[in-house]
Amino acid sequence: MSWYYIEGILIQSCYTLLIVLGLSILTGYTGMFSFGHAGFVCIGAYVSVLCTMAFGLPYLLALLIAGLVAMLFGAALGRITLGLKGDYFCIATLGVGEAIRLIFNNLNINFNVGGRTFVLDGAKGIASIPLHTTFPVALVIVVVFLTATALLMNSKHGRSMLAVREDELAAQLTGINTFRSKMLAMCMSALYAGIAGGMLAHYFGYLQPKMFMMVKSTEYTIMVIFGGMGSITGSVLGTVLLCALPELLRAVGDWRLVFYGLAVIIIMIVRPKGLMGGKELPVGKILRMIGGLFTKKKDPPSDAADPGKEVSA
Amino acid sequence: MDLQYYLQQLVNGICLGGMYALMSVGYSLVYSIMSFSNFAHGGVIMVGAYVGFFALTALKVPFLVAFLLCGLGSGLLAIIIERLVYSPLRKRRAPSLYFIISAMGASIFLENFVIATIDGTPRNYPTLFSNSIKIGSISLGLDSLLMIVVAAVSLLGLMIIIQKTKIGLAIRACAYNEKAGTLMGINSSLVIFVVFLMGGVLAGFAGMLYGMRFIVKPTIGQVTNKSFVAAVFGGLGSLPGAIIGSLLLGIMEIFVASINSSLRDLFVYALLILVLIIKPSGLMGRFVEDKA
Repeated sequence: MSWYYIEGILIQSCYTLLIVLGLSILTGYTGMFSFGHAGFVCIGAYVSVLCTMAFGLPYLLALLIAGLVAMLFGAALGRITLGLKGDYFCIATLGVGEAIRLIFNNLNINFNVGGRTFVLDGAKGIASIPLHTTFPVALVIVVVFLTATALLMNSKHGRSMLAVREDELAAQLTGINTFRSKMLAMCMSALYAGIAGGMLAHYFGYLQPKMFMMVKSTEYTIMVIFGGMGSITGSVLGTVLLCALPELLRAVGDWRLVFYGLAVIIIMIVRPKGLMGGKELPVGKILRMIGGLFTKKKDPPSDAADPGKEVSA
Repeated sequence: MDLQYYLQQLVNGICLGGMYALMSVGYSLVYSIMSFSNFAHGGVIMVGAYVGFFALTALKVPFLVAFLLCGLGSGLLAIIIERLVYSPLRKRRAPSLYFIISAMGASIFLENFVIATIDGTPRNYPTLFSNSIKIGSISLGLDSLLMIVVAAVSLLGLMIIIQKTKIGLAIRACAYNEKAGTLMGINSSLVIFVVFLMGGVLAGFAGMLYGMRFIVKPTIGQVTNKSFVAAVFGGLGSLPGAIIGSLLLGIMEIFVASINSSLRDLFVYALLILVLIIKPSGLMGRFVEDKA
C-alpha cells in the first residue's frame, strides 16, 4: 500500500467524519433521523466549487461559504419539517435529499465572471476542480470541528438537545424551547455537511450529482448508529472503521458491500447501542474537560454536571 | 395534442400506477402493522425480477410458471428477512428507527449480493408480448394490458383477503392497535408473517412486470422509492390510500414526463415534500401522533 493510497483513505475519513459529526448532533444527540444529508453535502460541494472555480475565491473561504449556504438551506428546511415527528421527518428529509440531487441534475447555468465562463451542466458534472484538500488541511479542519462539537455538546444547548432526544414533552415542560434546540441541531449539522461537501469536491477533482444518492445519506446515518448515538468518540470510531472497512475488504471485490450490509444488520441485532453505546473514550473526557473550562465561564458551575452520566438512548 | 394523445398518456399512467400500487401496498401493509418504513422492499422486488428472468431464460418455463415462481421467491425472501432481521428487533421492542436502519442494511445486502453473485450488468427479458391491440385510437401493448390486469386482479384479491377472511380481520385489528389485538387472542406473529408474505408475493409480481417492461439490474430496487412516495401520498398504512395514491402518482408522473421528461423524478419528490408539509397523513391515512 502506497502512502498516496492511505492518504486518500484518510482524507475520505476526514470529510466523512465531518459529515457524521454533524449528523451525530442531529441524530445522536437530538434524536432526529435524516436520510437526506447527502443533499446538504451536495449543496456544499457545488457552492464551494462555484466559489473557487467561477469566482476565484480562496479555498478556505469557499468552504466557509459552502457551509453557510448549506446551513441557510438547513434552516429553511427545518422551518417547514421540524414540526413532523418520527418517521415522517425521516421521510421528508429523504425527499428533500433526493430533490436537491435531482435539481442539480437538471441545472444548466452559465456563469460569466470577469470574462471567464463557467458552465454548470447538470448530470455531466464538473471536471478538473483544483485539488486543494490535502491531508493536513483536512485533519486541521476536522480537529477544529471535533473540538467545537464537544464544546457545543457540553453547553446548555447541547444538554437541551439531549433532553429533546430523551423526551420531547418533558423537555418542553422544563422550559426548553424544543423547536429552537432542534433548529440549532439542524443548522449545525447542515453547516458541517456543507463544509465537508466542499472538502469532498476539492479532493475528488470532479463532481456529479449521482455522487450524492440516497445510499450515501444512509451510510452516514449507519456510521452514527454504528459508533453509538450520542457519543462523539463513537462517531469518530464508527466513521474511521466504516470508511476503512470497504477499503480493507477491497480484495474481496464485489463482496465488500455485502459484508457491509450484513454488518449493519448484525450491529442492529447484537449491539443496537453501537460501539460506544452513548459513552465516550477517555480522549473524549479530556476534550470535555477543556469544554468544561469554557462553558463554566458562561454558565453557573452547577450546569457542568458529570458528562459520564449521560442517559443513553 | 388532442384528446387521443391525452387518453394514451392516461393509459400509460394507469399502467405505471398499477405497478406502483403492487409495490406500495407492501410498504403500506408493513407500516400499518409495524409502523416503520420497510426499505428492504426494493430488494425483494429486485430479487423477484431476477427470479422471473432466470426462470424464463435458464429454466425456460412457460410464462405463467415463471410468474408464479416470482411471487413465491419474493414472498419467501420477505419472510426470511422478517425472521432474520426484524424478528430479533421486534422481540426487543426496539424503536422503529432501528427497524429502518436494519431495512436499509438488508437492502444494501440484497443489492450487492446480487451484484456479487450474478453481476451488475442490466439484462433484458425475452420478448413475450410484442403485439398490441387497438381500442379506438389508443394502442395498448399486450404487456401493458397484462400489467393492468395483474395489478387489478391481485389488488382485488388482497382486498378480499383483508376485508372478508378471518386473518384479514386480524390484520385490520392489529393495524388498529397491535397490543389490544394481541390481548384479544390474535397471534401477532402470524399476522406479521402473513403481511410480509402477501407484500412479498405482490412485490415479486411487480418485479417481474417491471423487468419485462424495462430492464433487470441490481439497482431496480431504487425504483421502489417512488412507490414509497405513492404510499405516503395515499397515506402511510392505508391500503386503499396506497392504491389510489399509486394510480394518481403514476398518471401525474406520465403527464409531467410528457411535458419535460427530465423533471419526472424531481416532480415525484417535490410532491412528497408538499404532501408532508400540507397533509402528512396523505390522502386517506390516519396521522398518529408519535409519542416520542
